[in-house]
Amino acid sequence: MAFLSYSRQRSINGQGWLLSAAVAAIMVALPLLSIFWLALFPADNIWPHLLSTVLPNYVITTLTLMLGVGVLAGSIGIVSAWLISTYHFPGRRVFEWALLLPMAVPAYVIAYVYTDLLEYSGPLQAWLRELFSWKTQRDYWFPPIRSLGGAIWMLGLVLYPYVYLLARASFLEQAATVKDAARTLGCTPLQAFLRVSLPMARPAIAVGLSLVMMETLNDFGTVDFFAVKTLTAGIYDTWLNMGNLGGAAQLAALMLIFVVVLIVMEKQGRSRQRQFQQGDRFKAIQLHRLRGFRAVLAWTACVLPVFAGFIVPLLDLTRYAWRHAEQSWSPDFLRLAWNSLALALAAAVFCTVLGLLLAYAKRLHRSRLLSSMTQAATLGYAMPSAVLAIGIIIPFAAFDNTLDGWLRSSLGISTGLLLSGTLFTLLFAYSVRFLAISAGSVESSLGKVTPSMDMACRSMGYNASQTLVKVHLPLIRGGLLTAVLVVFVDCMKELPTTLVLRPFNFDTLAIHVYQYASDERLPEASLAALLIVLVGIIPVILLSRTITATRRYRIQ
Amino acid sequence: MFKPSVLLLTVAAITTSVNAAEEVNVYSYRAPFLIQPMFDQFTQKTGVKVNVVYADKGLLERLQNEGQNSPADLIMTVDIGVVHDVKTRGLSQPVTSELLEQNIPQHFQDPDNHWFALTSRARLIYASKDRVQQGEITSYEQLADPKWQGRICTRSGKHNYNLGLIGSMISHHGEAEAEQWLTGVKANLARRPEGNDRAQIRAIAEGQCDLAIGNSYYFFKMLNNQENPEEIEWAKQVTPIAPNQQDRGTHMNISGISLAKYAPHKDNAIKLMEFLSQDEAQHMYADLNQEFPVKAGVQRSELLQSYLGDFKQDELPLVKIAETREAASKLVDKVGFDN
Repeated sequence: MAFLSYSRQRSINGQGWLLSAAVAAIMVALPLLSIFWLALFPADNIWPHLLSTVLPNYVITTLTLMLGVGVLAGSIGIVSAWLISTYHFPGRRVFEWALLLPMAVPAYVIAYVYTDLLEYSGPLQAWLRELFSWKTQRDYWFPPIRSLGGAIWMLGLVLYPYVYLLARASFLEQAATVKDAARTLGCTPLQAFLRVSLPMARPAIAVGLSLVMMETLNDFGTVDFFAVKTLTAGIYDTWLNMGNLGGAAQLAALMLIFVVVLIVMEKQGRSRQRQFQQGDRFKAIQLHRLRGFRAVLAWTACVLPVFAGFIVPLLDLTRYAWRHAEQSWSPDFLRLAWNSLALALAAAVFCTVLGLLLAYAKRLHRSRLLSSMTQAATLGYAMPSAVLAIGIIIPFAAFDNTLDGWLRSSLGISTGLLLSGTLFTLLFAYSVRFLAISAGSVESSLGKVTPSMDMACRSMGYNASQTLVKVHLPLIRGGLLTAVLVVFVDCMKELPTTLVLRPFNFDTLAIHVYQYASDERLPEASLAALLIVLVGIIPVILLSRTITATRRYRIQ
Repeated sequence: MFKPSVLLLTVAAITTSVNAAEEVNVYSYRAPFLIQPMFDQFTQKTGVKVNVVYADKGLLERLQNEGQNSPADLIMTVDIGVVHDVKTRGLSQPVTSELLEQNIPQHFQDPDNHWFALTSRARLIYASKDRVQQGEITSYEQLADPKWQGRICTRSGKHNYNLGLIGSMISHHGEAEAEQWLTGVKANLARRPEGNDRAQIRAIAEGQCDLAIGNSYYFFKMLNNQENPEEIEWAKQVTPIAPNQQDRGTHMNISGISLAKYAPHKDNAIKLMEFLSQDEAQHMYADLNQEFPVKAGVQRSELLQSYLGDFKQDELPLVKIAETREAASKLVDKVGFDN
């Protein structure tokens, strides 16, 4: 009897996870499905025109941008993560968290700042002109900041922390014994890195890079400001200027195919790999002390990205905010900051819980269907966000209007728009947009817990939920916190979705910045932009502490 | 597990259900800081609160999907294109108001009263004071003249304001001739189209180019920007030219307003529309935003008047501009204007 009830309980419990995960995945995939649905009804066949004119350009530009940002963010992220987790050199302790700081700077803000500094009238070129007594633009050549190259630098500088974060976490989680084994077999630290650490960190780096790529793909603020014509620009153009939302949805669908191919290729590449690690976390990590020239080199490699991606924007914004304090200050700031903060925090928690649900159900059931559904649900991240917003408006409005219609006819009461235009819509939108981050982070931490732990716990009579609480949650605490904090920072910066979906009179810091900056009025925008960055720093530092706290170091 | 969301949902439901107070809801494509002073004045006078959602894209789709239950009363736009879309997609309703009829000239409103212009603006040519002689350029057509090679700056051809101008060229000259013209202008560009209209004026001041195309209010706001004196310096090096005075007149566009089909606060909405067309608000538009008031008898800003005087405006029906937008956009692709 007792056995029976136990087994039933266990199976219900397990089915419950599967069912909730499936429902959640479908919910999150709804916006994408709406966009595919839209793609079936174009106002006009857009392809002949696009193919014969701008599409080849859009595609080449997009691929170049993705490749450029991928290489830049990837190399900065991996090299700095490797240096931090392998060597000891002056400033290492500071760099460890400071390398994450550019994450707090929105891409559109860094683009405004560098344009201001590097364009023709900016201080740098003005100084050069004075120095060499050049008169006009025709007297010299200076790389134009508003260009594809400029966009690659801007995006690379603020996106590399994704790679750094995941790569470092992975290097730190690698059992020291593995590295030690490599060293005893005669590898230099560099060889040990290339032959052992890097391949072992590959899944984490792949997740980091795919986040970077998807973020690049959906970016509109920066490429629009730099007049770089990517597929995203083409999508907006088809939608807004040619009045063809269906055609735009087709382009967006095409773009998603890019992403899917990318992800599948990566997965294929490491389909045979699976690693679990026994926790030897309590063993201190050995750091090799660098001296002289090598120390300087390591120091330089770490200081440059922080300087360019964080210090420069921070100083420039501070300069503006100080000089234009009166214009820049708004009595609404407290409200704006609160809105940004509360919404971002709620969304971060919500999104992480959702990520946990999906990742754990996947672990319990190893169902291919669920796995692909989860993967599909996270594609929202790559979608241009104003288009994604439309994808969210459609099912929400349909639900609201159907419910309202039904209640009116059956009970004579009207619920109006229950969800549309509320904060809940925004919360949901953020979750759809950033699920890739939370699900990815939770999944990779969960993946490192060996299944024998689950088996041991379950064999002692605990059900799936109890196992999660007793065993997994404590073990993946770091991954969960990472998810919450990264999604939080991303939500603080989020713009296009917030703009379209928000309730009346609901402004955030990012919206405030955008209003002025899109009119090229940086002075008025500076203080709010500074606030976004400053609020974003807090979680970034917390994040860093949690990761470091898991390991001790021993310097050799 | 979902407790935070439930809580937020409740809060959201409460905030949306506070409909009892006198209010009016606006979906705005215009940046709030440009219209907030008028709204504040309206609220002060009538006690009706104005709620705004601003976004530069997507509000139309939101309105459309929300359908009958949409809370939106009014849609405000920065050009003819969107108000025209609102009408053609059946998202607006006609407004019968004697006051609006009196205040807004016929060519600045929809024949079926689905939209009304609140202000207008001219698409001007800006010329360097030093490097371009007076009278050297007097029409849009001349922008394609090879003598300007490497001397013209403009924002993206895909921006509404340029699409409007290109649309007007298509309407006046036909598509083939417009294409030739746009190809000519493209060949004359000093740099790839980038930045907004303000940035083009600045580029002239900095010697990157000698001519630019831009909306009228940017220049006058720069000239009047006491808080940022360097903008005054830039603007002072530039002459605004109202083109095509000898023939059809200067290309004009509007900022417009429409009443949503299912507006829940219809009376208040019409009250706000009327208020915005009256002397007080029209003066504010003129003085704060340097736009052209549409109501006859309301003076333009002194600054604007002192530069442009009474100039001839192109009276091409605005609907033509909206209808040629798609063709204009495709032309920009075909010519590779933004490449």
